[in-house]
Amino acid sequence: MNAIFYLAGAVAVLSTILAISRLNAVHALLYTIVSLLAVALAFFTLGAPFAAILEVIIYAGAIMVLFVFVVMLLNVGPEATEQERLWFHPATWGGPAFLAVILIGELVYVILHEGPAAPPAQIVTPKAVSLTLLGPYLLGVELASLVLLAGLVAAFHAGMREED
Amino acid sequence: MATVPTLYGLVLAGILFGLGALGVIVRRNLFFILLSLEIMLNAAGLAFVVAGSRWAQADGQVMFIFILTVAAAELSVGLALLIQFHHRYRTLDIDAASDLRG
Repeated sequence: MNAIFYLAGAVAVLSTILAISRLNAVHALLYTIVSLLAVALAFFTLGAPFAAILEVIIYAGAIMVLFVFVVMLLNVGPEATEQERLWFHPATWGGPAFLAVILIGELVYVILHEGPAAPPAQIVTPKAVSLTLLGPYLLGVELASLVLLAGLVAAFHAGMREED
Repeated sequence: MATVPTLYGLVLAGILFGLGALGVIVRRNLFFILLSLEIMLNAAGLAFVVAGSRWAQADGQVMFIFILTVAAAELSVGLALLIQFHHRYRTLDIDAASDLRG
């Protein structure tokens, strides 16, 4: 089980690195979807099957599909890939990537070496999640529905074309 | 089944979050910036699920559900604005939105 988690983590990191460095929008989207699936597998090995299913269905299955629809709507052609190639030369990403690698290394070091060792992951069943979600966090569920309604209205209004 | 040290789950979340932040900083196309923001939100959700798994409480996955909801709502608004941006400026260059300067 540990080996599966490490392999899924490596796939997630590698596909994320590829996703942020692709020039074609659809290629970046596909690598992001692979990263999300790998993170869902990591959820499963961490004893969170409900979160794994939600990650696949909602994040990779609805949110990324929304991205795909927007790419289809924008209808950018091959000149967009050429434009990305002009914007994405090493002088642009060299400095921030170097500093970001330093910061990520610091973060990994701090997590691994400071504080007590963490115990192994324990399984949290979907039944426990649903009892907690619809029990103490019922107000959060109602507020989440309000957020979705606000998002719906805002997206509808922001996407309207002015008829003039 | 559950023998994975949760510390390495936090490390994975930190690395993914840093990579998403790097994507936001480096890319100039608004679409890729939104994509990197989603990567960051996913990494934050991973950290919450790892924490819930460490304490054997369902609160981590509940928070993950809320993060998913907020990410979906924010993304739909962001993509609607992206389409309007493209309609108005004819490009997705983030540097084209400089009307507030000076």
